[in-house]
Amino acid sequence: MTDGSIISVKQLVKVFKPQIRAVDGINFEVKTGEIFAFLGPNGAGKSTTIKMLTTLLHPTSGEIWVNGFNPMKDMDAVRKSFGIVFQDPSLDDELTAYENMEFQGYMYQVPPKIRKQRIEELLKIVELWDRQKSLVKTFSGGMKRRLEIARGLLHHPKIMFLDEPTLGLDPQTRNQIWQYIQNLNKQEGITIFFTTHYMDEAARIAQRIAIIDHGKIVALGSLEELTKQTNTTTLEEAFLAITGSKIREESAETMMDRHRRSRGGKN
Amino acid sequence: MRTIYILWLRQIKRYLRSRARMFGSLGQPVMYMVALGYGFGPIFQKAGGGNYLNFLVPGVIAQTILFSSIFAGIELIWDRQFGFLKATLVAPVSRLSIVLGRTLGGATVSTIQGIFVLCLAFIMGFAPVNWFMIPSAIVFMFLIALLFTALGTCIASLLTDFHAFQIIINFLIMPLFFMSGALFPIDGLPLILKRISQLNPLTYGVDALRDVLSAITHLGLGQDGLVLGLLTLLILVTASWLFNRIEA
Ligand SMILES: Nc1ncnc2c1ncn2[C@@H]1O[C@H](COP(=O)(O)OP(=O)(O)OP(=O)(O)O)[C@@H](O)[C@H]1O
Ligand SMILES: [Mg+2]
Repeated sequence: MTDGSIISVKQLVKVFKPQIRAVDGINFEVKTGEIFAFLGPNGAGKSTTIKMLTTLLHPTSGEIWVNGFNPMKDMDAVRKSFGIVFQDPSLDDELTAYENMEFQGYMYQVPPKIRKQRIEELLKIVELWDRQKSLVKTFSGGMKRRLEIARGLLHHPKIMFLDEPTLGLDPQTRNQIWQYIQNLNKQEGITIFFTTHYMDEAARIAQRIAIIDHGKIVALGSLEELTKQTNTTTLEEAFLAITGSKIREESAETMMDRHRRSRGGKN
Repeated sequence: MRTIYILWLRQIKRYLRSRARMFGSLGQPVMYMVALGYGFGPIFQKAGGGNYLNFLVPGVIAQTILFSSIFAGIELIWDRQFGFLKATLVAPVSRLSIVLGRTLGGATVSTIQGIFVLCLAFIMGFAPVNWFMIPSAIVFMFLIALLFTALGTCIASLLTDFHAFQIIINFLIMPLFFMSGALFPIDGLPLILKRISQLNPLTYGVDALRDVLSAITHLGLGQDGLVLGLLTLLILVTASWLFNRIEA
């Protein structure tokens, strides 16, 4: 592991059973205290990578270091190093908003005083403080999402993994949450590793950006470097130049193929 | 310790909020006590078996705990399906404490269900031979509950969806129940069935409850307690080993 990097990934591969190479030999490093965006089209392998970094999934091959530990061997040390907001729901619907937060506080051994203080602070930020006693199953999709984020931010680890944290949230809430996360990064030096499909978010927040497609990292650099490489002016254009056009050609081709074949079959 | 406590508390809260589960699962034991207790009772007595309600009630309590415990263990599948499990899995806590917290929570809930059935039995005219034995009855209820909650957890660690659910009920819970001597004495069974029921952990639970509540025993309380205790330990260790291998 290079000095100053808190996450280091070498030749990482994950193959799912019927020969799906979800992650296909990626390499990258995230520096300590950095805000790092991990972008890519649907099915590119972002969540699979996060699952391997967070001890939820065993890699097929390759090397991972998180905060100096190997997630396959020192699971507990790695788990102590990070917090995570999952892409998919992970709340207990039968508990109230407050109870979900409290549960998290116990699991991460946040001292009672700080726990109470932070639960209040975070529930207020995501505007659920007056709904703290409602069962989560009575929440709207966006409210559940906000609670997921609040819960993920309850303890302050070295690294925070955020898998599409702001998916489906209104712009005001998104802004507020990102502001809070940026503060955490600045004041406590927490490294932020996030994925998103909102390019404006990534452009505004991230210090460095990796773009993954079909399980391979196809670009990595600062916003300026990516736009310069692709001769574009915005991240969205750069992203499309790197991933989008290729996909469109490919899928157009296969569609034409299928079209031809099906017509051939009929005639 | 705090992990165990909060996981235990979660199970209790979920239980207290689900009236359907609380009362729904009392239907079956009541049916057994009414239909069999009053229906078979006179025949049982004529055949020289003694008071059937005294024989039946411990068995029905064991049945309640068996069902409730295996379901509590299997709740793990729900937690996985609804995503909650992965939030627990990434937490920096030992897998053993997660399994212990869940199992203790599920076992507490099952024991409460068992106590409910015991109270219903009082209403139906059941009287324990010695009221001072009620606390030891509760201890044995809890031991049975621990064993089968842990067993449910083992099963749930191996399964990824609910499709196998019907199989579990038909090929595990029902045979365990019928081959435990809960409804009829195993002494009268053909030898091969008798041997099978001696391999069934619930047999020892039923026998222990019957001993402390009705002073009817075939195996002896010491043997019952030993078998139940050792098996519970073994299954708990297995459960946390299986739980360890879960990937999200
Ligand atoms: N448990 C699994 N079993 C089989 N295939 C899987 C599994 N999980 C993911 N995949 C496959 O791996 C590939 C990458 O999925 P992944 O969830 O990592 O994508 P993603 O980049 O997070 O996409 P999205 O933006 O849609 O969240 C996809 O082709 C997906 O179908
Ligand atoms: Mg994803």
